[in-house]
Amino acid sequence: MTTALLIARRELRGYFSSSSGWIILAVLLLLDGLAFNAFAMAGEKKSFDVLQNFFYWHSGATMVASVFIAMRLFAEEKQLGTLVLLEASPAREAEVVLGKFLGAWAFLLLFLVASLYLPILVMVNGKVTVGHLFAGYLGLAMLGAACIAIGAFMSSLAPNQVAAAVLAGAVVVALVLAWLVARNIDGVLGDVVGWLDLFDKHYRTFSRGTVKLSSVVYYGALTYGFLLATVAVLGARRWRG
Amino acid sequence: MIEATGVSKFYGARRALSDVSFSIAAGEVVGFLGLNGAGKTTVLKVLCGLLVPSSGKVTVDGVDGIEAPRELRKRIGFLPDRPPLFPEMTVRQMVAYAARLCGLPAERVDRRVAEVLELCGIAEVADDLIEWLSHGYRQRVGIAIAVAHEPKLVVLDEPISGLDPAQIVAMRGLIRGLKEKHTVLISSHILSEISHTCDRILVLHQGRMVAQGTEATLASGVSPLVEIVARGQLADVAKAELAHLEGVAELEAADAGDGLVRLRARLASDAARELFVATLVQRGFGVRTVGDVEAGLESVFLKLTKGAEA
Repeated sequence: MTTALLIARRELRGYFSSSSGWIILAVLLLLDGLAFNAFAMAGEKKSFDVLQNFFYWHSGATMVASVFIAMRLFAEEKQLGTLVLLEASPAREAEVVLGKFLGAWAFLLLFLVASLYLPILVMVNGKVTVGHLFAGYLGLAMLGAACIAIGAFMSSLAPNQVAAAVLAGAVVVALVLAWLVARNIDGVLGDVVGWLDLFDKHYRTFSRGTVKLSSVVYYGALTYGFLLATVAVLGARRWRG
Repeated sequence: MIEATGVSKFYGARRALSDVSFSIAAGEVVGFLGLNGAGKTTVLKVLCGLLVPSSGKVTVDGVDGIEAPRELRKRIGFLPDRPPLFPEMTVRQMVAYAARLCGLPAERVDRRVAEVLELCGIAEVADDLIEWLSHGYRQRVGIAIAVAHEPKLVVLDEPISGLDPAQIVAMRGLIRGLKEKHTVLISSHILSEISHTCDRILVLHQGRMVAQGTEATLASGVSPLVEIVARGQLADVAKAELAHLEGVAELEAADAGDGLVRLRARLASDAARELFVATLVQRGFGVRTVGDVEAGLESVFLKLTKGAEA
């Protein structure tokens, strides 16, 4: 765990010292604020609905941010030739992947924390519960974790950051649209595809202030599964070369 | 210290290494010599646990690379041909990070980093960002991170590549300095560098180990190529007579213009060289220059690699 935290700290430092990290943060916060004003605040609404709308729009920014944050995790190191430092060290592949994931997730959480002023404005001027706020942010954090895990996996496979972002974006979009596919499939298979839905099936409950255990398990399993696959990709590099 | 036995490696259907075996004793500085694509980097990667061999076995300090890869990697410091450095870190941070990553206890890191910065001659740039450093300094930082966790074996892949002459001299000193505490394995395709730095040489060609030994051992039995420029006519060169002199292995003659002739011969010994020149003088040639076209190691290398191809 110490090794994973060491790697996570370096990863986080990498985001702060690169202009791309700050640019991702600034652009998405700007778009977030604009979306909040244009859509969440539009018209006469109850504060509950405003907060729900905020979480709806913020989830999009979170998914985009996660893909952009994760694209560099392994692809950049392959391009810079620094991955060999980790590969030649006694660190286990699992420690490397966990460390990089934690670093990227910590940076995403910073993005989420930086957006807190928007729902706090709703809390101050309206009537929403802390529980709603907590559930919404828990959902965002878990959604982001799953997207970062997908991004990490694609980054371990892709030869460069752009390819990693495109591949991860494609998987995320496919999972977001799974409910559409599920509507056209009958029986158990349709249920399975519907359950795989990243957004509609699992995130909406969080945005309404409810924490469902099945959704927590879904995001946890998705994150774990993609991180495990990333560990396998790194392990395979020792065989392939 | 290091035992590699029957190591082979396939990339798909392509065989990159074929039954490579060698051993290295503790405290040796050994050079891995081979043309580009000979398989040097693959051997080093197998040795460092970065690649799993298709067959064969590698042990370092008694630790088997297949059975205990993490233990093996703890004992090795590896500098690849491109130093793995994060440009946003300072030199001190980078060395400390590498030391911690490779298992040096936290309480020993500060002291060890100070030692390594001094050893590698980078103390004066310790707080500079790596992105500001020249290529030569980056190579030194690369060596610093390879030795930071006090490994028993240090593996350097093309450490002098891209350095200027002054930096090469400094790097040689640094590598020789490592010998005091580490066994060092260097890969290079630059023969003079291996010749200057290493106690022993392993020659790899097309994935096979074609020779190993000291430079003197390898050079015995290989005649250096000597070039002689003399005043005289090409037609006057009694090639047959010269070629049959004792100690002459090969002979070529060509017109060098301005009444000069250029002769290239493989001469087995200094006595053969003296006899060859004396014979030319007796035949009325005015010998202008006598010089080695290939240094000893070059001759050895070319003979070994040509022999392996044949």
